[in-house]
Amino acid sequence: MFRLVDETSVDTLKLSIEGREYDVPVGISVAAAVLLCGITRLRNTPVSGSPRLPYCMMGICFDCLMTIDGFPNQQACQLEVRENMTIEIQQGAAELLQQR
Amino acid sequence: MKDHYQLLVIGAGPAGLAAAAEAARLGLDVALVDEQKAPGGQIYRNVGSIQEPVSTYLGKDYLRGKPLVEEFLQSGATYINSASVWYLDERLETGLLIDGASHFITAERLILATGAQERPMPLPGWQLPGVMTAGAGQILLKSAAMIPSRRVVLAGSGPLLLLIAWQYLQVGVKIGAIIDTTPGSGFSKLLPYLPRALPAFDYLLKGLSFILAIKKAGIPVYKAVADLRAEGHESLESVSFTTGLGDGNKRTEIDMEAETLLLHQGVIPNLRLPLAAGCELEWDALQQSWKIVKDIWGQSSVDQVLVAGDCAGIVGARAGELQGRLCALQAAHQLKKIDLQPRDRAATRIKRSLQRHLSIRPFLDTLYPPAKAYQLPDDETLVCRCEEVNAGQIREAARMGCVGPNQVKAFTRCGMGPCQGCLCGSTVSALIADETGASMEQVGYFRVRPPFKPITLGELANT
Ligand SMILES: Cc1cc2nc3c(=O)[nH]c(=O)nc-3n(C[C@H](O)[C@@H](O)[C@H](O)COP(=O)(O)OP(=O)(O)OC[C@H]3O[C@@H](n4cnc5c(N)ncnc54)[C@H](O)[C@@H]3O)c2cc1C
Ligand code: FES
Repeated sequence: MFRLVDETSVDTLKLSIEGREYDVPVGISVAAAVLLCGITRLRNTPVSGSPRLPYCMMGICFDCLMTIDGFPNQQACQLEVRENMTIEIQQGAAELLQQR
Repeated sequence: MKDHYQLLVIGAGPAGLAAAAEAARLGLDVALVDEQKAPGGQIYRNVGSIQEPVSTYLGKDYLRGKPLVEEFLQSGATYINSASVWYLDERLETGLLIDGASHFITAERLILATGAQERPMPLPGWQLPGVMTAGAGQILLKSAAMIPSRRVVLAGSGPLLLLIAWQYLQVGVKIGAIIDTTPGSGFSKLLPYLPRALPAFDYLLKGLSFILAIKKAGIPVYKAVADLRAEGHESLESVSFTTGLGDGNKRTEIDMEAETLLLHQGVIPNLRLPLAAGCELEWDALQQSWKIVKDIWGQSSVDQVLVAGDCAGIVGARAGELQGRLCALQAAHQLKKIDLQPRDRAATRIKRSLQRHLSIRPFLDTLYPPAKAYQLPDDETLVCRCEEVNAGQIREAARMGCVGPNQVKAFTRCGMGPCQGCLCGSTVSALIADETGASMEQVGYFRVRPPFKPITLGELANT
Protein backbone atom coordinates (compact mmCIF):
# COMPACT_ATOMS: atom_id res chain seq x y z
CA MET A 1 0.00 0.00 0.00
CA PHE A 2 2.83 2.36 0.86
CA ARG A 3 6.49 2.36 -0.13
CA LEU A 4 9.59 4.34 0.72
CA VAL A 5 10.43 7.36 -1.44
CA ASP A 6 13.99 6.07 -1.59
CA GLU A 7 14.48 2.38 -0.91
CA THR A 8 18.26 2.49 -0.85
CA SER A 9 20.28 3.81 2.08
CA VAL A 10 17.99 3.25 5.05
CA ASP A 11 19.07 1.69 8.32
CA THR A 12 16.72 -1.11 9.24
CA LEU A 13 15.83 -3.24 12.22
CA LYS A 14 14.05 -6.58 12.59
CA LEU A 15 10.65 -7.07 14.14
CA SER A 16 7.80 -9.50 13.85
CA ILE A 17 4.20 -8.89 12.83
CA GLU A 18 1.77 -11.76 13.43
CA GLY A 19 4.72 -14.11 13.81
CA ARG A 20 6.44 -13.15 10.54
CA GLU A 21 9.76 -11.33 10.48
CA TYR A 22 10.22 -8.03 8.66
CA ASP A 23 13.04 -5.52 8.16
CA VAL A 24 11.76 -1.97 8.63
CA PRO A 25 13.45 1.43 8.69
CA VAL A 26 14.72 2.67 12.05
CA GLY A 27 12.79 5.61 13.53
CA ILE A 28 9.36 5.08 11.98
CA SER A 29 6.14 4.41 13.92
CA VAL A 30 4.69 0.93 14.33
CA ALA A 31 1.64 2.04 12.28
CA ALA A 32 3.92 3.18 9.44
CA ALA A 33 5.76 -0.15 9.62
CA VAL A 34 2.46 -2.04 9.39
CA LEU A 35 1.52 -0.11 6.24
CA LEU A 36 4.98 -0.50 4.74
CA CYS A 37 4.88 -4.29 5.25
CA GLY A 38 1.58 -4.49 3.39
CA ILE A 39 -0.39 -5.81 6.37
CA THR A 40 -4.09 -5.62 5.49
CA ARG A 41 -5.59 -5.21 8.96
CA LEU A 42 -4.16 -4.22 12.33
CA ARG A 43 -7.24 -4.83 14.41
CA ASN A 44 -10.74 -6.27 14.25
CA THR A 45 -13.38 -4.05 15.76
CA PRO A 46 -15.09 -5.22 18.95
CA VAL A 47 -18.64 -4.67 17.66
CA SER A 48 -18.69 -6.17 14.15
CA GLY A 49 -15.22 -7.70 13.86
CA SER A 50 -14.51 -5.64 10.76
CA PRO A 51 -10.88 -4.94 9.78
CA ARG A 52 -9.19 -1.59 10.32
CA LEU A 53 -5.92 0.10 9.43
CA PRO A 54 -4.52 3.42 10.73
CA TYR A 55 -6.77 6.34 9.87
CA CYS A 56 -5.28 9.58 11.25
CA MET A 57 -1.65 8.68 12.08
CA MET A 58 -1.63 11.43 14.73
CA GLY A 59 -3.11 9.88 17.85
CA ILE A 60 -6.70 11.08 17.43
CA CYS A 61 -8.78 8.19 16.08
CA PHE A 62 -7.52 5.14 18.05
CA ASP A 63 -8.07 2.93 15.01
CA CYS A 64 -4.48 1.76 15.30
CA LEU A 65 -4.69 -0.07 18.64
CA MET A 66 -2.54 -3.21 18.51
CA THR A 67 -1.00 -5.75 20.84
CA ILE A 68 2.69 -4.93 21.11
CA ASP A 69 5.15 -7.11 23.03
CA GLY A 70 2.13 -8.76 24.62
CA PHE A 71 0.44 -5.54 25.77
CA PRO A 72 -2.96 -4.85 24.17
CA ASN A 73 -4.35 -1.38 23.33
CA GLN A 74 -1.06 0.16 22.21
CA GLN A 75 -1.44 3.20 19.95
CA ALA A 76 0.66 2.04 17.00
CA CYS A 77 0.92 5.46 15.33
CA GLN A 78 2.48 6.98 18.47
CA LEU A 79 5.02 4.22 19.15
CA GLU A 80 8.40 3.91 17.49
CA VAL A 81 9.57 0.54 16.16
CA ARG A 82 12.23 -1.28 18.21
CA GLU A 83 14.52 -4.19 17.41
CA ASN A 84 12.77 -7.54 18.06
CA MET A 85 9.38 -5.97 18.75
CA THR A 86 6.51 -8.43 18.48
CA ILE A 87 3.41 -6.90 16.95
CA GLU A 88 0.04 -8.61 16.82
CA ILE A 89 -3.43 -7.82 15.51
CA GLN A 90 -5.75 -6.68 18.27
CA GLN A 91 -8.97 -8.61 18.54
CA GLY A 92 -11.95 -6.83 20.01
CA ALA A 93 -12.33 -4.41 22.88
CA ALA A 94 -10.36 -1.20 22.95
CA GLU A 95 -10.18 0.08 26.51
CA LEU A 96 -8.57 3.21 27.87
CA LEU A 97 -8.21 2.05 31.48
CA GLN A 98 -7.10 -1.56 31.71
CA GLN A 99 -6.76 -3.85 34.67
CA ARG A 100 -3.34 -5.36 34.02
CA MET B 1 12.16 16.71 34.56
CA LYS B 2 10.83 18.19 37.78
CA ASP B 3 7.35 17.74 39.22
CA HIS B 4 6.60 21.47 39.35
CA TYR B 5 7.21 24.35 36.94
CA GLN B 6 6.05 27.94 36.89
CA LEU B 7 4.72 27.36 33.39
CA LEU B 8 3.80 24.17 31.56
CA VAL B 9 3.20 24.34 27.81
CA ILE B 10 1.48 21.39 26.12
CA GLY B 11 2.10 20.95 22.39
CA ALA B 12 5.33 21.55 20.45
CA GLY B 13 3.82 22.94 17.26
CA PRO B 14 4.45 26.55 16.20
CA ALA B 15 2.19 27.94 18.97
CA GLY B 16 3.72 25.95 21.82
CA LEU B 17 7.31 26.32 20.60
CA ALA B 18 6.98 30.10 20.38
CA ALA B 19 5.22 30.27 23.76
CA ALA B 20 7.87 28.20 25.53
CA ALA B 21 10.81 30.01 23.92
CA GLU B 22 9.35 33.44 24.66
CA ALA B 23 8.51 32.47 28.25
CA ALA B 24 12.02 31.16 28.89
CA ARG B 25 13.43 34.41 27.50
CA LEU B 26 11.23 36.33 29.94
CA GLY B 27 12.74 34.37 32.82
CA LEU B 28 10.00 31.85 33.54
CA ASP B 29 10.81 28.34 34.65
CA VAL B 30 9.05 26.57 31.78
CA ALA B 31 8.63 23.04 30.44
CA LEU B 32 7.18 22.02 27.08
CA VAL B 33 5.52 18.62 26.75
CA ASP B 34 4.71 16.85 23.48
CA GLU B 35 3.90 13.30 22.47
CA GLN B 36 5.95 13.44 19.31
CA LYS B 37 9.58 12.39 19.28
CA ALA B 38 10.80 15.77 17.99
CA PRO B 39 9.53 19.37 18.07
CA GLY B 40 7.48 20.80 15.18
CA GLY B 41 3.83 19.89 15.66
CA GLN B 42 1.76 19.03 12.59
CA ILE B 43 3.06 21.57 10.09
CA TYR B 44 6.76 21.28 11.02
CA ARG B 45 6.70 17.59 11.98
CA ASN B 46 10.21 16.15 11.98
CA VAL B 47 11.70 19.36 10.50
CA GLY B 48 14.84 19.06 12.63
CA SER B 49 15.97 15.74 11.22
CA ILE B 50 14.26 15.49 7.84
CA GLN B 51 16.50 14.27 5.01
CA GLU B 52 16.95 15.41 1.44
CA PRO B 53 15.21 15.11 -0.97
CA VAL B 54 11.94 14.88 0.98
CA SER B 55 12.66 18.14 2.80
CA THR B 56 12.76 20.04 -0.49
CA TYR B 57 9.58 18.37 -1.75
CA LEU B 58 7.68 19.60 1.31
CA GLY B 59 8.26 23.23 0.35
CA LYS B 60 9.46 26.54 1.79
CA ASP B 61 6.67 26.91 4.35
CA TYR B 62 7.71 23.64 5.92
CA LEU B 63 11.35 24.67 6.23
CA ARG B 64 10.28 27.88 8.02
CA GLY B 65 9.95 25.63 11.05
CA LYS B 66 13.71 25.15 11.35
CA PRO B 67 14.62 28.51 12.91
CA LEU B 68 11.63 28.30 15.26
CA VAL B 69 12.67 24.85 16.50
CA GLU B 70 16.22 26.19 16.86
CA GLU B 71 14.99 29.22 18.84
CA PHE B 72 13.13 26.89 21.20
CA LEU B 73 16.01 24.45 21.67
CA GLN B 74 18.37 27.36 22.50
CA SER B 75 15.90 29.05 24.85
CA GLY B 76 16.62 27.12 28.02
CA ALA B 77 13.07 25.78 28.31
CA THR B 78 12.86 22.14 29.42
CA TYR B 79 11.71 19.87 26.61
CA ILE B 80 9.82 16.71 27.52
CA ASN B 81 9.32 14.71 24.32
CA SER B 82 7.58 11.39 23.60
CA ALA B 83 5.27 12.24 26.49
CA SER B 84 1.49 11.90 26.07
CA VAL B 85 -0.75 13.89 28.35
CA TRP B 86 -3.14 11.17 29.49
CA TYR B 87 -4.62 13.05 32.44
CA LEU B 88 -5.74 16.62 33.06
CA ASP B 89 -8.51 17.78 35.31
CA GLU B 90 -9.97 21.06 36.52
CA ARG B 91 -7.38 21.20 39.32
CA LEU B 92 -4.85 21.29 36.45
CA GLU B 93 -2.82 18.34 37.55
CA THR B 94 -1.18 17.01 34.40
CA GLY B 95 -0.46 13.31 33.95
CA LEU B 96 2.21 12.29 31.45
CA LEU B 97 2.76 8.85 30.03
CA ILE B 98 6.43 8.38 29.17
CA ASP B 99 7.71 5.00 28.05
CA GLY B 100 5.16 3.04 30.03
CA ALA B 101 5.30 5.07 33.23
CA SER B 102 3.01 7.80 34.50
CA HIS B 103 4.32 11.09 35.95
CA PHE B 104 2.36 14.00 37.40
CA ILE B 105 3.37 17.63 36.94
CA THR B 106 1.87 20.77 38.43
CA ALA B 107 2.38 24.34 37.28
CA GLU B 108 1.22 27.83 38.20
CA ARG B 109 0.16 28.48 34.62
CA LEU B 110 -0.73 26.18 31.75
CA ILE B 111 -0.54 27.07 28.07
CA LEU B 112 -2.50 24.62 25.94
CA ALA B 113 -1.27 24.47 22.33
CA THR B 114 -2.46 21.05 21.22
CA GLY B 115 -3.32 22.10 17.68
CA ALA B 116 -5.95 20.89 15.26
CA GLN B 117 -7.28 17.62 13.93
CA GLU B 118 -8.82 17.02 10.54
CA ARG B 119 -12.56 17.50 10.43
CA PRO B 120 -14.22 14.08 10.36
CA MET B 121 -15.58 13.27 6.90
CA PRO B 122 -18.09 10.47 7.42
CA LEU B 123 -19.14 8.87 4.15
CA PRO B 124 -20.14 5.31 3.25
CA GLY B 125 -17.06 3.08 3.59
CA TRP B 126 -14.76 5.59 5.33
CA GLN B 127 -13.87 2.90 7.88
CA LEU B 128 -12.41 0.53 5.23
CA PRO B 129 -8.69 -0.24 5.35
CA GLY B 130 -7.16 1.89 2.59
CA VAL B 131 -9.16 5.01 3.50
CA MET B 132 -7.17 7.50 5.57
CA THR B 133 -7.06 11.21 6.14
CA ALA B 134 -4.94 13.29 3.78
CA GLY B 135 -3.04 14.47 6.85
CA ALA B 136 -2.17 10.83 7.59
CA GLY B 137 -0.70 10.55 4.11
CA GLN B 138 1.33 13.69 4.77
CA ILE B 139 2.51 12.41 8.17
CA LEU B 140 3.79 9.24 6.49
CA LEU B 141 5.74 11.42 4.06
CA LYS B 142 7.16 13.76 6.70
CA SER B 143 8.04 11.21 9.35
CA ALA B 144 8.73 8.02 7.42
CA ALA B 145 9.42 9.17 3.82
CA MET B 146 6.55 6.91 2.69
CA ILE B 147 4.21 7.39 -0.26
CA PRO B 148 1.29 5.38 -1.67
CA SER B 149 2.65 2.62 -3.86
CA ARG B 150 -0.37 2.25 -6.11
CA ARG B 151 -3.34 4.29 -7.25
CA VAL B 152 -4.21 7.03 -4.75
CA VAL B 153 -7.29 9.24 -4.96
CA LEU B 154 -7.72 12.46 -2.95
CA ALA B 155 -11.18 13.63 -1.96
CA GLY B 156 -12.53 16.60 -0.06
CA SER B 157 -11.87 20.27 0.15
CA GLY B 158 -9.63 23.01 1.52
CA PRO B 159 -6.12 24.47 1.28
CA LEU B 160 -4.44 21.55 3.04
CA LEU B 161 -5.79 19.07 0.47
CA LEU B 162 -4.26 21.18 -2.29
CA LEU B 163 -0.98 21.44 -0.39
CA ILE B 164 -0.75 17.68 0.04
CA ALA B 165 -1.58 17.11 -3.64
CA TRP B 166 1.18 19.57 -4.52
CA GLN B 167 3.67 17.88 -2.17
CA TYR B 168 2.83 14.47 -3.67
CA LEU B 169 3.43 15.89 -7.14
CA GLN B 170 6.88 17.12 -6.06
CA VAL B 171 7.77 13.62 -4.87
CA GLY B 172 6.45 12.08 -8.07
CA VAL B 173 3.38 10.32 -6.66
CA LYS B 174 0.86 9.59 -9.40
CA ILE B 175 -2.47 10.93 -8.17
CA GLY B 176 -5.37 9.10 -9.85
CA ALA B 177 -7.88 11.88 -9.32
CA ILE B 178 -8.89 14.73 -7.04
CA ILE B 179 -12.55 14.68 -6.06
CA ASP B 180 -13.43 18.22 -5.04
CA THR B 181 -16.36 18.27 -2.60
CA THR B 182 -16.28 22.04 -1.98
CA PRO B 183 -19.85 23.33 -2.19
CA GLY B 184 -20.01 26.21 -4.63
CA SER B 185 -20.00 29.13 -2.26
CA GLY B 186 -20.54 31.68 -4.98
CA PHE B 187 -18.49 34.75 -5.58
CA SER B 188 -21.05 37.04 -3.96
CA LYS B 189 -20.54 35.41 -0.57
CA LEU B 190 -16.79 35.84 -0.86
CA LEU B 191 -16.78 39.44 -1.96
CA PRO B 192 -17.33 41.03 1.47
CA TYR B 193 -14.26 39.25 2.85
CA LEU B 194 -11.97 40.06 -0.05
CA PRO B 195 -10.82 43.56 1.02
CA ARG B 196 -9.94 42.27 4.49
CA ALA B 197 -8.06 39.37 2.94
CA LEU B 198 -5.89 41.55 0.71
CA PRO B 199 -3.11 42.21 3.25
CA ALA B 200 -2.53 38.47 3.31
CA PHE B 201 -2.59 38.07 -0.43
CA ASP B 202 0.41 35.75 -0.32
CA TYR B 203 -1.89 33.03 1.03
CA LEU B 204 -4.16 33.35 -2.00
CA LEU B 205 -1.24 33.31 -4.43
CA LYS B 206 0.10 30.16 -2.83
CA GLY B 207 -3.26 28.43 -3.18
CA LEU B 208 -3.43 29.50 -6.79
CA SER B 209 0.03 28.13 -7.52
CA PHE B 210 -1.04 24.74 -6.14
CA ILE B 211 -4.15 24.73 -8.34
CA LEU B 212 -2.06 25.59 -11.40
CA ALA B 213 0.47 22.85 -10.64
CA ILE B 214 -2.33 20.29 -10.32
CA LYS B 215 -3.78 21.44 -13.63
CA LYS B 216 -0.40 21.32 -15.33
CA ALA B 217 0.21 17.79 -14.10
CA GLY B 218 -2.98 16.75 -15.87
CA ILE B 219 -4.63 15.21 -12.81
CA PRO B 220 -8.37 14.78 -13.35
CA VAL B 221 -10.26 17.06 -10.96
CA TYR B 222 -13.96 16.33 -10.48
CA LYS B 223 -16.22 19.09 -9.22
CA ALA B 224 -19.86 19.39 -8.10
CA VAL B 225 -19.54 15.97 -6.52
CA ALA B 226 -22.30 14.03 -4.75
CA ASP B 227 -22.92 10.49 -3.44
CA LEU B 228 -19.25 9.89 -2.67
CA ARG B 229 -18.63 6.34 -1.44
CA ALA B 230 -15.62 4.21 -0.63
CA GLU B 231 -16.28 0.64 -1.73
CA GLY B 232 -14.72 -2.76 -1.12
CA HIS B 233 -15.09 -5.89 0.99
CA GLU B 234 -12.18 -6.28 3.37
CA SER B 235 -10.42 -3.17 2.09
CA LEU B 236 -10.86 -0.29 -0.35
CA GLU B 237 -11.31 -1.38 -3.96
CA SER B 238 -12.97 1.58 -5.62
CA VAL B 239 -14.36 5.07 -5.14
CA SER B 240 -17.70 6.03 -6.66
CA PHE B 241 -19.51 9.36 -6.96
CA THR B 242 -21.58 11.47 -9.28
CA THR B 243 -20.36 14.70 -10.79
CA GLY B 244 -22.21 17.61 -12.33
CA LEU B 245 -21.51 18.67 -15.87
CA GLY B 246 -22.08 22.35 -15.40
CA ASP B 247 -25.66 22.68 -16.59
CA GLY B 248 -26.84 21.81 -13.10
CA ASN B 249 -29.02 18.82 -13.84
CA LYS B 250 -27.05 16.32 -15.85
CA ARG B 251 -24.97 14.08 -13.62
CA THR B 252 -22.43 11.46 -14.55
CA GLU B 253 -21.78 8.40 -12.41
CA ILE B 254 -18.14 7.56 -11.92
CA ASP B 255 -16.63 4.48 -10.38
CA MET B 256 -12.85 4.36 -10.22
CA GLU B 257 -10.43 1.82 -8.92
CA ALA B 258 -8.31 2.92 -5.99
CA GLU B 259 -6.10 1.29 -3.41
CA THR B 260 -5.77 4.36 -1.22
CA LEU B 261 -8.32 7.13 -0.65
CA LEU B 262 -7.20 10.19 1.30
CA LEU B 263 -10.00 12.31 2.78
CA HIS B 264 -9.85 15.88 4.03
CA GLN B 265 -12.36 18.63 4.65
CA GLY B 266 -10.46 21.19 6.66
CA VAL B 267 -9.24 21.17 10.24
CA ILE B 268 -11.01 21.81 13.54
CA PRO B 269 -9.58 22.48 17.01
CA ASN B 270 -8.40 19.47 19.01
CA LEU B 271 -10.59 20.25 22.02
CA ARG B 272 -9.69 17.39 24.29
CA LEU B 273 -7.30 19.10 26.73
CA PRO B 274 -8.99 22.51 26.83
CA LEU B 275 -12.28 20.77 27.59
CA ALA B 276 -10.72 18.60 30.29
CA ALA B 277 -9.27 21.74 31.90
CA GLY B 278 -12.78 23.18 32.04
CA CYS B 279 -12.35 25.90 29.38
CA GLU B 280 -15.58 27.36 28.03
CA LEU B 281 -16.54 26.67 24.39
CA GLU B 282 -18.31 28.78 21.80
CA TRP B 283 -19.68 27.92 18.36
CA ASP B 284 -18.06 29.62 15.36
CA ALA B 285 -20.66 29.65 12.60
CA LEU B 286 -18.22 30.76 9.88
CA GLN B 287 -15.63 28.07 10.70
CA GLN B 288 -18.43 25.60 11.43
CA SER B 289 -16.60 24.44 14.53
CA TRP B 290 -16.32 24.89 18.26
CA LYS B 291 -13.59 27.09 19.63
CA ILE B 292 -12.31 28.10 23.05
CA VAL B 293 -13.51 31.37 24.58
CA LYS B 294 -10.43 33.57 25.05
CA ASP B 295 -9.15 37.13 24.96
CA ILE B 296 -6.39 38.56 22.73
CA TRP B 297 -3.73 37.27 25.19
CA GLY B 298 -5.11 33.74 24.98
CA GLN B 299 -6.60 33.87 28.48
CA SER B 300 -9.33 31.22 28.68
CA SER B 301 -12.29 31.17 31.06
CA VAL B 302 -10.14 29.21 33.54
CA ASP B 303 -7.82 31.51 35.51
CA GLN B 304 -4.56 29.59 35.19
CA VAL B 305 -5.10 28.35 31.62
CA LEU B 306 -4.05 30.16 28.45
CA VAL B 307 -4.66 28.77 24.95
CA ALA B 308 -2.72 29.36 21.71
CA GLY B 309 -2.81 28.20 18.12
CA ASP B 310 -5.28 25.96 16.35
CA CYS B 311 -6.55 24.17 19.48
CA ALA B 312 -8.40 27.34 20.45
CA GLY B 313 -9.89 28.11 17.00
CA ILE B 314 -8.30 27.63 13.57
CA VAL B 315 -5.82 30.41 12.78
CA GLY B 316 -2.98 28.65 10.90
CA ALA B 317 0.66 28.17 11.82
CA ARG B 318 1.93 31.75 11.48
CA ALA B 319 -0.87 33.26 13.56
CA GLY B 320 -0.53 30.42 16.06
CA GLU B 321 3.13 31.23 16.59
CA LEU B 322 2.25 34.86 17.32
CA GLN B 323 -0.55 33.84 19.67
CA GLY B 324 1.96 31.66 21.51
CA ARG B 325 4.19 34.69 22.06
CA LEU B 326 1.27 36.75 23.39
CA CYS B 327 0.35 33.93 25.80
CA ALA B 328 3.93 33.86 27.09
CA LEU B 329 3.95 37.63 27.65
CA GLN B 330 0.67 37.40 29.55
CA ALA B 331 1.77 34.43 31.65
CA ALA B 332 5.02 36.25 32.47
CA HIS B 333 3.01 39.32 33.45
CA GLN B 334 0.66 37.28 35.63
CA LEU B 335 3.65 35.64 37.31
CA LYS B 336 5.30 39.04 37.90
CA LYS B 337 8.20 38.64 35.49
CA ILE B 338 7.25 41.60 33.30
CA ASP B 339 5.41 44.83 34.06
CA LEU B 340 2.36 46.05 32.21
CA GLN B 341 4.13 48.62 30.02
CA PRO B 342 6.99 46.48 28.74
CA ARG B 343 4.45 43.72 28.15
CA ASP B 344 2.33 46.03 26.00
CA ARG B 345 5.36 47.41 24.19
CA ALA B 346 6.55 43.92 23.33
CA ALA B 347 3.04 42.95 22.23
CA THR B 348 2.46 45.84 19.82
CA ARG B 349 4.40 44.41 16.89
CA ILE B 350 3.19 40.89 17.54
CA LYS B 351 -0.44 42.01 17.52
CA ARG B 352 -0.02 43.93 14.26
CA SER B 353 1.51 40.93 12.54
CA LEU B 354 -1.17 38.68 14.04
CA GLN B 355 -3.89 40.87 12.50
CA ARG B 356 -2.36 40.39 9.06
CA HIS B 357 -2.23 36.61 9.35
CA LEU B 358 -5.77 36.46 10.75
CA SER B 359 -7.17 38.64 7.99
CA ILE B 360 -7.22 35.80 5.47
CA ARG B 361 -9.30 33.42 7.63
CA PRO B 362 -12.87 34.62 6.98
CA PHE B 363 -12.12 34.51 3.25
CA LEU B 364 -10.72 30.96 3.43
CA ASP B 365 -13.55 29.79 5.71
CA THR B 366 -16.10 31.12 3.21
CA LEU B 367 -14.24 29.73 0.20
CA TYR B 368 -13.98 26.23 1.69
CA PRO B 369 -17.04 25.50 3.83
CA PRO B 370 -17.47 21.82 4.71
CA ALA B 371 -20.09 20.13 2.53
CA LYS B 372 -23.45 19.34 4.20
CA ALA B 373 -23.34 15.74 2.96
CA TYR B 374 -20.41 14.91 5.25
CA GLN B 375 -21.75 16.81 8.25
CA LEU B 376 -25.20 15.28 8.05
CA PRO B 377 -24.48 11.90 6.47
CA ASP B 378 -27.09 9.36 5.32
CA ASP B 379 -28.62 7.07 7.92
CA GLU B 380 -26.47 4.05 7.02
CA THR B 381 -23.15 5.89 7.26
CA LEU B 382 -21.00 5.09 10.27
CA VAL B 383 -20.56 8.16 12.46
CA CYS B 384 -18.82 6.68 15.51
CA ARG B 385 -15.93 4.56 14.25
CA CYS B 386 -15.09 3.20 17.73
CA GLU B 387 -18.50 1.86 18.74
CA GLU B 388 -19.84 1.55 15.18
CA VAL B 389 -22.91 3.72 15.54
CA ASN B 390 -24.50 5.06 12.36
CA ALA B 391 -26.21 8.36 11.62
CA GLY B 392 -29.67 6.74 11.64
CA GLN B 393 -29.24 5.59 15.25
CA ILE B 394 -28.22 9.10 16.30
CA ARG B 395 -31.19 10.66 14.51
CA GLU B 396 -33.46 8.17 16.21
CA ALA B 397 -32.00 8.96 19.64
CA ALA B 398 -32.58 12.67 18.95
CA ARG B 399 -36.18 11.98 17.94
CA MET B 400 -36.68 10.00 21.14
CA GLY B 401 -35.74 13.04 23.19
CA CYS B 402 -31.94 13.11 23.51
CA VAL B 403 -31.26 16.84 23.35
CA GLY B 404 -27.46 16.72 23.58
CA PRO B 405 -24.44 14.55 22.70
CA ASN B 406 -24.03 13.24 26.25
CA GLN B 407 -27.54 11.76 26.27
CA VAL B 408 -26.99 10.31 22.80
CA LYS B 409 -23.84 8.72 24.17
CA ALA B 410 -25.67 7.11 27.07
CA PHE B 411 -28.34 5.86 24.67
CA THR B 412 -26.30 4.60 21.73
CA ARG B 413 -22.69 4.27 23.05
CA CYS B 414 -21.72 6.79 20.35
CA GLY B 415 -18.61 8.62 21.60
CA MET B 416 -17.98 6.12 24.36
CA GLY B 417 -14.94 4.52 22.68
CA PRO B 418 -11.30 5.45 23.17
CA CYS B 419 -11.35 8.51 20.87
CA GLN B 420 -13.97 10.06 23.19
CA GLY B 421 -15.82 11.71 20.36
CA CYS B 422 -12.86 13.19 18.43
CA LEU B 423 -14.04 11.43 15.26
CA CYS B 424 -17.81 11.75 15.81
CA GLY B 425 -18.38 14.75 18.12
CA SER B 426 -18.84 17.40 15.44
CA THR B 427 -21.16 15.12 13.42
CA VAL B 428 -23.25 14.13 16.45
CA SER B 429 -23.89 17.74 17.49
CA ALA B 430 -24.78 18.67 13.90
CA LEU B 431 -27.17 15.71 13.53
CA ILE B 432 -28.97 16.52 16.80
CA ALA B 433 -29.28 20.20 15.87
CA ASP B 434 -30.62 19.27 12.45
CA GLU B 435 -33.10 16.73 13.80
CA THR B 436 -34.43 18.83 16.70
CA GLY B 437 -34.17 22.29 15.17
CA ALA B 438 -32.04 23.48 18.10
CA SER B 439 -28.95 25.66 17.62
CA MET B 440 -25.43 24.23 18.00
CA GLU B 441 -25.01 26.25 21.20
CA GLN B 442 -28.13 24.66 22.64
CA VAL B 443 -27.01 21.18 21.62
CA GLY B 444 -23.46 21.55 22.96
CA TYR B 445 -20.60 19.07 22.83
CA PHE B 446 -19.38 15.84 24.46
CA ARG B 447 -17.90 15.94 27.94
CA VAL B 448 -14.31 14.74 28.02
CA ARG B 449 -12.75 12.80 30.89
CA PRO B 450 -9.34 11.30 31.53
CA PRO B 451 -7.73 8.95 30.71
CA PHE B 452 -7.16 10.34 27.19
CA LYS B 453 -4.73 7.57 26.31
CA PRO B 454 -4.84 3.83 26.98
CA ILE B 455 -3.19 3.25 30.33
CA THR B 456 -2.94 0.20 32.54
CA LEU B 457 -3.28 0.16 36.29
CA GLY B 458 0.30 -1.18 36.22
CA GLU B 459 1.52 1.95 34.44
CA LEU B 460 -0.32 4.09 36.96
CA ALA B 461 1.42 2.26 39.78
CA ASN B 462 4.80 2.99 38.12
CA THR B 463 4.68 6.66 39.10
C1 LIG C 1 -2.35 16.13 10.11
C2 LIG C 1 -2.23 17.61 9.91
C3 LIG C 1 -1.29 18.11 9.02
C4 LIG C 1 -1.14 19.48 8.84
N1 LIG C 1 -0.21 19.94 7.94
C5 LIG C 1 -0.11 21.26 7.70
C6 LIG C 1 0.82 21.76 6.74
O1 LIG C 1 1.56 21.00 6.13
N2 LIG C 1 0.85 23.11 6.51
C7 LIG C 1 0.02 23.96 7.17
O2 LIG C 1 0.08 25.16 6.93
N3 LIG C 1 -0.84 23.51 8.11
C8 LIG C 1 -0.93 22.19 8.38
N4 LIG C 1 -1.84 21.73 9.31
C9 LIG C 1 -2.67 22.69 10.04
C10 LIG C 1 -2.07 22.87 11.43
O3 LIG C 1 -3.15 22.91 12.32
C11 LIG C 1 -1.14 24.08 11.46
O4 LIG C 1 -1.90 25.25 11.37
C12 LIG C 1 -0.22 24.16 12.67
O5 LIG C 1 0.54 22.97 12.77
C13 LIG C 1 -0.95 24.43 13.98
O6 LIG C 1 -0.01 24.76 14.96
P1 LIG C 1 -0.27 24.55 16.51
O7 LIG C 1 0.98 24.94 17.20
O8 LIG C 1 -1.53 25.22 16.89
O9 LIG C 1 -0.52 22.97 16.70
P2 LIG C 1 0.22 21.68 16.12
O10 LIG C 1 1.25 22.02 15.14
O11 LIG C 1 -0.87 20.76 15.71
O12 LIG C 1 0.94 21.08 17.41
C14 LIG C 1 0.23 20.52 18.47
C15 LIG C 1 1.12 19.56 19.21
O13 LIG C 1 0.44 19.12 20.38
C16 LIG C 1 0.76 17.79 20.62
N5 LIG C 1 -0.30 17.17 21.42
C17 LIG C 1 -1.64 17.16 21.17
N6 LIG C 1 -2.28 16.46 22.12
C18 LIG C 1 -1.33 16.03 23.00
C19 LIG C 1 -1.36 15.24 24.18
N7 LIG C 1 -2.52 14.76 24.69
N8 LIG C 1 -0.19 14.98 24.81
C20 LIG C 1 0.98 15.44 24.32
N9 LIG C 1 1.07 16.20 23.20
C21 LIG C 1 -0.07 16.48 22.55
C22 LIG C 1 0.89 17.18 19.24
O14 LIG C 1 1.76 16.06 19.29
C23 LIG C 1 1.47 18.31 18.41
O15 LIG C 1 2.86 18.21 18.28
C24 LIG C 1 -1.98 20.37 9.53
C25 LIG C 1 -2.93 19.87 10.43
C26 LIG C 1 -3.07 18.51 10.62
C27 LIG C 1 -4.10 18.00 11.58
S1 FES D 1 -4.03 6.06 13.46
FE1 FES D 1 -5.38 7.39 14.50
S2 FES D 1 -4.72 7.16 16.53
FE2 FES D 1 -3.27 6.02 15.49
